[in-house]
Amino acid sequence: MIPIEHFLYIGAALFALGIVIIITKKNAIMVLMGIELLLNAANINLVAFSRHDPSIQGQFFALFVIVVAAAEASVALAIVLRVYDHFRTAELNKIKDLQE
Amino acid sequence: MDINSLLFYVFASIAVLSAGFIAVTKKIIYAAFALMATFLSIAAIYIFASADFIAITQIMVYVGGILILIVFGVMLTSRLSGKAVLSGNSNGFWGWLCGTGIFILLLFVIESIDFLGISWMKDSTSHQVQDTTTQTLGYGLMSNYLLVFEIVAILLLVALIGAVVLAGIKINSPKQHTNDPH
Repeated sequence: MIPIEHFLYIGAALFALGIVIIITKKNAIMVLMGIELLLNAANINLVAFSRHDPSIQGQFFALFVIVVAAAEASVALAIVLRVYDHFRTAELNKIKDLQE
Repeated sequence: MDINSLLFYVFASIAVLSAGFIAVTKKIIYAAFALMATFLSIAAIYIFASADFIAITQIMVYVGGILILIVFGVMLTSRLSGKAVLSGNSNGFWGWLCGTGIFILLLFVIESIDFLGISWMKDSTSHQVQDTTTQTLGYGLMSNYLLVFEIVAILLLVALIGAVVLAGIKINSPKQHTNDPH
């Protein structure tokens, strides 16, 4: 049986890499990928702990996190498309105005 | 080391390495496919944590849904001119500093916890691992978590309508016609 620390190490590594992606990337879609990585890293921890729990509350939480992530991704991509329509770019550091 | 734990570490290293590849690559399409590798290996990791239903949900929702959405986003937000779609990097130093800082902090926290000393986790080692979690999840969603289930359904409906309204309807403001932004 794999010790729980190893699940947590993977979660920590994915979380840190997600933070790096969010901070360093210029394209808005790459930033969204980083956010998805963060949600997955949190999910790994939830599922790993629910392995020791006969009522598997962690897995319920992970399921709802996945649903919320899907909703978030769809709305965020719609906003990115709208921004691209307006500014003709998806590079975050070229988008300077809130209103044209 | 038996084959099970060997497979676990193989999938874990695939997940971490392809996530690292996303962080260093400039090509967005490569990043999208590396993200697919990460999602699939995370699904495998869920199976090693004996969460089969979550693993299938991960594949269906993330790989089959969100990743397709992201690839469509890449297609729609780039002028298709034959050259690769690139994403530049900025704040490279501070980003990696932040990431390694958070990683080291989390490692210290994980190292400092004595998991075997926690009573409910120690008790659980005697529990029989369930064959499948689908039945428990199904009963739970229809009993204890019914309210959350319904709220999540409404959230999905709102997100669907919101995404359609945001991306689909063209607002014909006079400004857009008079001066082209760029």
